[in-house]
Amino acid sequence: MRIVVAVKQVPDTAEVRIDEERGTLIREGIPSILNPFDSYALEEALKWRDELGGTVIVVSMGPPQAEAVLREAVSMGADEAVLLSDRAFAGADTWATSHTLATAVEKMGNIDIVLTGKQAIDGDTAQTGPSIAASLDWPQITFVGNVRELSEKHIIAERYVEDGSEVIKSSLPVVVTILKDANIPRLPSLKGKMRARKIEIPVWGKDDLELPEGEVGLDGSPTRVVNIATPEIFTDGQIHHGEPEELAKLMADSLLGTEDS
Amino acid sequence: MNYYLSEELNDIKEICAGIAEKHIIPVRALLDEENRFSREIVNAMSDAGLHGIYISEEYGGSSEMFGGGSMALCIATEELSKACGGIALSFAANALGAMPIMIFGSEEQKKKYLPDLVSGAKLAAFALTEPDAGSDAGGVRTKAIKDGDYYILNGTKQWITNGGEAQIYTVIALTDPSRGARGLSAFIVEDGTPGFSYGKKEDKMGIRASATRELIFEDCRIPAENLIAKEGYGFIVAMKTLNRSRPGVAAQAIGIAQGALDEAARYASERKQFGKRIDSFQGIQFMLADMDTQIEAARALTYSVARMIDAGEKKYDKESAMAKVFASDVAMKVTTDAVQILGGYGYMKEYPVEKMMRDAKITQIYEGTNQIQRSVIASALIKETAARRK
Ligand SMILES: Cc1cc2nc3c(=O)[nH]c(=O)nc-3n(C[C@H](O)[C@H](O)[C@H](O)COP(=O)(O)OP(=O)(O)OC[C@H]3O[C@@H](n4cnc5c(N)ncnc54)[C@H](O)[C@@H]3O)c2cc1C
Ligand SMILES: Cc1cc2nc3c(=O)[nH]c(=O)nc-3n(C[C@H](O)[C@H](O)[C@H](O)COP(=O)(O)OP(=O)(O)OC[C@H]3O[C@@H](n4cnc5c(N)ncnc54)[C@H](O)[C@@H]3O)c2cc1C
Repeated sequence: MRIVVAVKQVPDTAEVRIDEERGTLIREGIPSILNPFDSYALEEALKWRDELGGTVIVVSMGPPQAEAVLREAVSMGADEAVLLSDRAFAGADTWATSHTLATAVEKMGNIDIVLTGKQAIDGDTAQTGPSIAASLDWPQITFVGNVRELSEKHIIAERYVEDGSEVIKSSLPVVVTILKDANIPRLPSLKGKMRARKIEIPVWGKDDLELPEGEVGLDGSPTRVVNIATPEIFTDGQIHHGEPEELAKLMADSLLGTEDS
Repeated sequence: MNYYLSEELNDIKEICAGIAEKHIIPVRALLDEENRFSREIVNAMSDAGLHGIYISEEYGGSSEMFGGGSMALCIATEELSKACGGIALSFAANALGAMPIMIFGSEEQKKKYLPDLVSGAKLAAFALTEPDAGSDAGGVRTKAIKDGDYYILNGTKQWITNGGEAQIYTVIALTDPSRGARGLSAFIVEDGTPGFSYGKKEDKMGIRASATRELIFEDCRIPAENLIAKEGYGFIVAMKTLNRSRPGVAAQAIGIAQGALDEAARYASERKQFGKRIDSFQGIQFMLADMDTQIEAARALTYSVARMIDAGEKKYDKESAMAKVFASDVAMKVTTDAVQILGGYGYMKEYPVEKMMRDAKITQIYEGTNQIQRSVIASALIKETAARRK
């Protein structure tokens, strides 16, 4: 079994600040971590590798610093790591990001399954997984809270949806996005940490992936973030004092729009 | 303070902090209340590879990577103790049980027992103390009488950490009652050996997440090849083992103290009285400053001793005693002051500092009481002084 886990480096805060003028996230001065959801995707991969044998390859697209999350993944038990980094990748939207990741998966060859987190805590779109599947033309199972079965031939996974769950069986290769419910991620081991420090992590750029200019980064991005803003919060509450009957009438009138009648 | 730890030692620290956060802190109060040892947490330590850090690569461990194993053991014990001194003791007592084999064991004994300790498949314990043999190890009454290819053990060991949970016990017993301390020998006894059973489980003041139990030997036959070193070496095995492990007790004390200081400093920054944060009062500030300084001094001494051992120094009984005495007295003082800083809240079980205060006390008692350690330090000093006079 050859499993790829796509991992993203994200700022360590639930409150990412936004550069309103440029419409981008402000990343300076915020420590970076492995996207929390991705640790569940990684654990799922490690769990099945431990059971079935095989290789877990972690991949991330990002600036050179993103190597840190790959090393963290190796310290937890990933066998190999690849960093996709190139100036030309900058400014990628979800389409360009997924297309680049999918091309890397093709280059790795003979991959049975690609796992991603449910979503990234900064971008939050939850599009990357599905979009990788589209780019590879593979089936996808999203929001998986429980992988019931995995073999060389097929996967049976439970999707957790709003009012219950759906059990999906799919052939391989397949893209699966993983929820927190799936497992409890393991901690790094000493051996893993030693290996993580020493492992050579290849860096693949646009040319290694043989991707044309127009398919990566800003140029390869069909969408543009036109504006990002924090929604204004209206807290114009009213306080009325009086007898219960009076207040009840006031409220009823206000709800029914009959104040003036 | 920056001790310029190697990357490898920092790895140990990070891993232990991870285990503390994920596995220990959420359950420490419950384990304390229920007086319960947690094999699951010990397993998490095994999964992380922690049981091998003080054992040589030859037997599956990784001590060479850390330049020895004493610093490694101290760093791990300290970090785990910040969260829970009891759980950290289960880890450190495993090392204590392994040490007689590591230091004095034959090649066959090392090959047979150490790999299982590294993997965590088995746990170890060290059994010296008896009802009438505490500070005076020469008072051991458990007998080991040779019978052909066997020794037959009879007697009772008391207050043995990891007792009932461990599979491998290093036991000090009397092979020649006529020779007192020189008649003692060290043995390896495996769990499940006929005639070996467990007695009373202790209900302790602190470190309640560690198992403390009686070991009972009734005509327990063990193969003669389980003798460690030679007959008559038992006292030396015990003393050298304790000398080597005492910096670990110091590290446990430092961890407990640091945990208490962290709680106290945080609380003092949040608690308001007289309209101000209590850490704005000089009375509190000076307490915090002293706690911090004492901990750092204890740590500096302990790391120095551990590094001395890792560097291959042969004689360190005085230094090892100094680290243990100083750090344990600091732990008792700091945890008591931490309770003071939290006031009435510090006295309540909702906050972890009362447990830390209870946990700290043992570090002044076991592995040689602080009175005995002071005797060791004084007699070494007197000898040094006499040597200088010549
Ligand atoms: C300068 C800049 C400009 C941008 N401009 C645009 C834009 O114009 N339009 C637009 O739509 N977006 C834009 N983005 C956002 C960027 O495209 C997304 O952050 C990225 O596509 C991933 O989407 P997401 O964060 O929502 O992740 P999600 O889709 O929520 O992530 C789901 C999972 O996919 C995987 N994953 C996500 N990203 C990566 C990665 N980089 N490497 C490996 N695995 C990954 C992880 O497993 C993750 O858990 C821009 C970002 C930057 C830095
Ligand atoms: C929780 C716990 C775990 C333990 N784990 C282990 C273990 O794993 N293995 C093991 O073998 N033992 C273990 N012990 C035993 C421990 O090492 C002994 O309790 C310790 O050595 C002291 O012995 P004692 O309690 O009999 O005290 P005693 O020796 O009876 O001492 C009583 C008091 O007299 C003082 N005293 C005694 N002699 C002198 C002297 N010469 N000069 C000045 N003062 C003196 C002592 O300092 C102490 O204050 C454990 C004990 C406890 C409480």
